[in-house]
Amino acid sequence: MRVTGATEAVVRLRSAAFGYAGRPVVTGLDLTVRRGEVVALLGPNGSGKSTLVRGLLGLNDHLGGRAELFGTPLADFRRRTLLGYVPQRHTLSGSVRSTVREVVTTGRLPHRRWWQPLRREDRRAVEEALATVGLLDRATTDVATLSGGQQRRVLIARALAAQPEVLIMDEPTAGVDAGSQLVLGQVLRRLVATGVTMVVVTHELAALRGVVDRIVEMDAGHVTFDGTPKGYAQHQAHAVAATSAASHGHHHDEELAPEPPGLLGTGPLDAPLSARERREG
Amino acid sequence: MGMEILAFDFMRYALLAALLVGLAAPLVGIFLVQRRLSLIGDGMGHVALAGVAIGVLTDQQPVLTALVAAAAAGVAIELIRMRGRTSGDVALAVMFYGGIAAGVVIINRVEGSQTSSLTGYLFGAITTTTPGDLVIFAALSGAIVVVTMLLRQRLFAVAGDEEYARATGLPVTALNLLLSVLTAVTVVVAMRVVGLLLISALMIVPNAAAQQVARSFRSATWWAVGFGVLSSVGGVVTSFYADTATGGTIVLLAIGLFLVTAGAAGIVRGVAAARHRVAERHPHEHGPGCGHEPVRHGDHVDYLHDGHRHAPHGAHYDEHAHEGGSRPASGTGQDEVRRP
Repeated sequence: MRVTGATEAVVRLRSAAFGYAGRPVVTGLDLTVRRGEVVALLGPNGSGKSTLVRGLLGLNDHLGGRAELFGTPLADFRRRTLLGYVPQRHTLSGSVRSTVREVVTTGRLPHRRWWQPLRREDRRAVEEALATVGLLDRATTDVATLSGGQQRRVLIARALAAQPEVLIMDEPTAGVDAGSQLVLGQVLRRLVATGVTMVVVTHELAALRGVVDRIVEMDAGHVTFDGTPKGYAQHQAHAVAATSAASHGHHHDEELAPEPPGLLGTGPLDAPLSARERREG
Repeated sequence: MGMEILAFDFMRYALLAALLVGLAAPLVGIFLVQRRLSLIGDGMGHVALAGVAIGVLTDQQPVLTALVAAAAAGVAIELIRMRGRTSGDVALAVMFYGGIAAGVVIINRVEGSQTSSLTGYLFGAITTTTPGDLVIFAALSGAIVVVTMLLRQRLFAVAGDEEYARATGLPVTALNLLLSVLTAVTVVVAMRVVGLLLISALMIVPNAAAQQVARSFRSATWWAVGFGVLSSVGGVVTSFYADTATGGTIVLLAIGLFLVTAGAAGIVRGVAAARHRVAERHPHEHGPGCGHEPVRHGDHVDYLHDGHRHAPHGAHYDEHAHEGGSRPASGTGQDEVRRP
């Protein structure tokens, strides 16, 4: 986890602080995200995950330390199209009708001067983004009629249409039904295959199985874990074991574990859970 | 009846003014509907009356002083909204009522309580439109049309998802202020046609009707312009023959159009719901390479799913009937068409 060079670092934070209205929410952050990495940002509500990503996006205040995007200090960073933002909340339950394609096309706006009409390359980028998220056959559908998962994919396509180098997603799978989570997972895997860098704020590692190659856990405004999914499973198992020991071997309900390692689900990661299950069950 | 309405200069001017307003007001209004600020035009109209009063008091063109007052109100509204304080709501109320109260007091004081010009500004006086007014209206309406056409997508993006627009580096504050100023311009143009108390109606109601029939933001814009022109010009004609108040007639006509479209849309939805069959609980999502054979069906693609033809519709799939006999009806049972 050492920095290998400023040019390769997409995000570089050194004891950085972010917050709102002059009040820091996250402080002392050291984090480097390199090109091509797929990072899951975990942590309980209020741990500062969203504050961090919103800080990178210029949506709240950078209050201290150093923060660089693509080697440029955050305050001077103007090439905002390099960052593709997929917001968390449902922003598509519209007061007016708008089609999937119309919403996705807004992703191209930063690439055009205000007087320029849509160019061929804009249309192509929009169609490619729609194809990537599997919504080409719903391009003319009113977004308000789509399911929550489909709306998330519209938001992903909108970000992709800008052809960003980093995708920043805030809870892309939250509140999405199982069928849509499956499709979303496929979409994310398809994106990984294209080599795009991703920072995904999430509660649900299961939906990101095989997608994430690094996990950063935050709590109370600080980084509490930074490593591979396998390492995170062990970290979690230790945490669970420690809690079990502390409670003198009393039976522990699943939900007491903050983030059951079994959610990761891939082969080697299942081991700690099944071992624990054998022990406790 | 013939074309006797066109025999009068004042009616020709009135019709032209109505055409301009009917065209411009819905173009701005759709973004107000999108931002759920449908009533903000009324507030600006209240403040515009204070501007009219200042014009009357200082012997200036009331249209210009009203424009300045309404634009200043628009900027103030936007700045208060950006602060996001709860006290902002009360501040707006004070500004709006202060505006209309000051306007009434000043105009009555200057012109006497018997003045008809106050009623004209409050409820519209389109038949008093002069050629000079028309030139101003045409310039202002032209500006609205050009700006909303050029910046349509940007205004749409900011009104639809302000946070995302900010993250991508769009000048969100500038675009919001611009929309405020455009609203102020519309208020001033519409002031003489429907009156300050009915201004929002011409921006909002044609859009409400358009939302019933349109399928996209683009088509909704054009439907709204159509409904706007139809009600404003139609309202002037109707009021001429029926001898009714023009501003009120225009707005009632727009509301009539809204009720008709809402009713028609309800019937169409009912018929469509009765005729279309939604596929059973369907967690699988069809797409290229999903394993189900795609079949072209008119303007879309169906997917053959266990002998059924599934067509995407909103969040679900519709059952589409087999056509043309090129494929066996599903009566043969569970004919597997799933490809490996």
